[in-house]
Amino acid sequence: MKYSSRLLRSTALGSAFSVALLWNGVAKADDLGDVRKEMQAMQQQYNASLAKLQKDYETRLQAMEKRVDAAESKASTATAKADTAQKTAEVAQTTAAAAPVPASAPAAADNPPSSANSFNPAIGVVLDGKAMASSHNPNTYRMPGFALGDQAKPPPRGPSIGESEINLQANVDQALFANLTVAFENDNSVSIEEAFVQPTALPYNFTAKFGRFFSGIGYLNEQHAHTWDFADAPLPYLAFLNGQYGDDGAQLRWLAPTNQFLEFGGEVMRGASFPANSVSEALGSNHNAGVGGWSAFVHTGDDIGVSASYSAGLSYLGTRSSARGTNPVIGNPGSDSFTGGDNTFIADAVYKWAPNGNFAQTYVKLQGEAFLRYEQGAFQALNYPGAAGVATTKSYNSGPQTGFYAQAVYQFIPFWRVGVRYDQVHAPSLGSGFTGTTLDSMNATPRRYSIMGDYSTSEFGRFRLQYNRDEARPGSDNQVILQYTVSLGAHGAHQY
Amino acid sequence: MKRLAIFFFASCLVVAMAPDAKAALNVFACEPEWGALATALGGSDVDVFVATAGLQDPHQIQARPALISRLRNADIAVCTGAELEIGWMPVLLRQSSNAKVQPGSPGYFEAAGQVTLLEKPERLDRAEGDVHPAGNPHIQTDPRNMRIVAAALAKRLASVDPAHADGYAQREQKFDADLAAAMARLETAAAPLKGVKFISYHKSWIYLANWLGMTEAANIEPKPGVPPGSAYIADLLSRIPALQAKMIVYAAYEDAKPSEFVAQKSNLPAVLLPFTVGGSDGAKDLIGLYDDTVKRLLAGLGGKGG
Repeated sequence: MKYSSRLLRSTALGSAFSVALLWNGVAKADDLGDVRKEMQAMQQQYNASLAKLQKDYETRLQAMEKRVDAAESKASTATAKADTAQKTAEVAQTTAAAAPVPASAPAAADNPPSSANSFNPAIGVVLDGKAMASSHNPNTYRMPGFALGDQAKPPPRGPSIGESEINLQANVDQALFANLTVAFENDNSVSIEEAFVQPTALPYNFTAKFGRFFSGIGYLNEQHAHTWDFADAPLPYLAFLNGQYGDDGAQLRWLAPTNQFLEFGGEVMRGASFPANSVSEALGSNHNAGVGGWSAFVHTGDDIGVSASYSAGLSYLGTRSSARGTNPVIGNPGSDSFTGGDNTFIADAVYKWAPNGNFAQTYVKLQGEAFLRYEQGAFQALNYPGAAGVATTKSYNSGPQTGFYAQAVYQFIPFWRVGVRYDQVHAPSLGSGFTGTTLDSMNATPRRYSIMGDYSTSEFGRFRLQYNRDEARPGSDNQVILQYTVSLGAHGAHQY
Repeated sequence: MKRLAIFFFASCLVVAMAPDAKAALNVFACEPEWGALATALGGSDVDVFVATAGLQDPHQIQARPALISRLRNADIAVCTGAELEIGWMPVLLRQSSNAKVQPGSPGYFEAAGQVTLLEKPERLDRAEGDVHPAGNPHIQTDPRNMRIVAAALAKRLASVDPAHADGYAQREQKFDADLAAAMARLETAAAPLKGVKFISYHKSWIYLANWLGMTEAANIEPKPGVPPGSAYIADLLSRIPALQAKMIVYAAYEDAKPSEFVAQKSNLPAVLLPFTVGGSDGAKDLIGLYDDTVKRLLAGLGGKGG
């Protein structure tokens, strides 16, 4: 149709041209005025008929286009089809009354007024409060043989609001996504838990992250603490990572093109958080690398039939520290410090099972991680044997420090779960040269037994009661923790 | 050791950059009904992976590792949308690092975006339970919705995979004709259901009720996603005679106990409906889903639950 329209137009142009030629020829005649008038009349007539023709044609074209549109649009024919298909008058009537309308059907304008808030990021708030009773003082917590960080201890006694977290996230533009998580601590201090930017359109299935974030090592480490199945971190997380390892840096991940999940990743970090310690500044101008932590990890996982699935991983974290302080314990008034390097290896495995894979009713989740760490460098303490009260530094090689936890959580009816956990760490004996110091393992294996039960009011609210028998330090500690976790605002999606 | 590592990473890169030898379009279907539809429309031109099974609550799906890798390899994701998958799909989209299937791309298809959603909440507040701001997302229970979605999905498949556009169009025509014929048959058979009131466990059935001219008189859940307490059930039982409901309806993935308890106490049949493909033995495909649904409702009207 469009082709013939062009043809029509060019014919019209052609006629106009020949008319003009004709007009030129006749202009030479004597009775110029009459001819001119006649020509003008002819031209007007011609123009009028041409316009009419074009108009007719356009109307017809529009009508035909409309018919083509109508034929093509399945949506608008849906009701018509239903009518023809449905012979019974009664049924047809019902259908007409309740026919679903395609989204493309014109409707009254319902456009929201433009606003400066239109592009606000998604806002989520998490309140994670605890109440705790224990037979020993949490502030004098220790695991013999380990130089612990400042967070490696049970939650504070009594009620406390714990950590209140605000999370903002949105796409920055077509290429970037950004996330900010600010945590307000119990003592009114504020910390940036995560602040990272993620390119969203990297080629070849790479993903990257830079800024501050929880490292991708292990299983629990990358998840926010309020999503954990127990109110506190397992002992190896406390001993080796000071609860959780997050730092400033950059991460690169690559997902293999296999049906089984297989992911490789690595990170370079500033080294500002335990087990690293501000290496770039502390080591002075000769160490301008600015990197005090680096990691590599591989995660895999798959379904096992329709009811079960698993994930497993291997991770490595290397860190450097300079005069890294140790959580003060009885007899060690806080002057202990470590300078050197840590090599931490983690193996993790998670298995989930639900009847028919339906997690709404009941499910079982088994989870465990094993740690191996070598710490090598120099350790300064005030209470080396024979040098009490004198700050002395000795070279220190930890040997293989180990730790693991294993836990099981069972949802027996919707919203109600119970769980058990066992965790332990172990440091090899360093001999009589370290007797009485933080690093004296006292031939003990710090361990803990936990049980918990939790009830969720919905996906967004949860109450948990947990009991720990904590045998980390000499003399066992009975701990009871009551925890509530609520999340408001933007619907956070849950990681596996 | 170092050489081994370099070799390993080099081979990873080669694998990553090798062109996909397989010709079939990889479809990631969030729910079984869209898997069945994609299979019907795509035939041998598609390779369909269904993320959830017929007996799983689509609101509560784990972001399993297998889903991440399948979405990473997908050419198109076909989901319900309307925030049904909000608890798990965003994690998959972020971790899959697949630009083809991100929202806004041709490779991300939301069925709920094709039809008018009903039961749009008047009050957006989590105190109202598990409400979906865009409206009720369980659109697949009305075959008329399925026809509209089928037409839109066939077009989308053709735009993502133009080489097989003719195949998608032809199969869509056949699917539409088959479904229309099934609907004509089912609507005649379901005539006795018109005007029948029922009580359902979850608010999942508005579209089905709309199709067959039935009325959802009450829910056993006090609010969407909130399990009923004994006080609420007692109150519901006292209201049931006045509601003049003929049956209790629940989905195959839901816990049967509350529905059966209410049914027993109120002398009404408890009718299990497949809800989606794979929800019952009869619901092997989409037409089977509608066949089995109507069959079970008619049995319920005759006083037989199950």
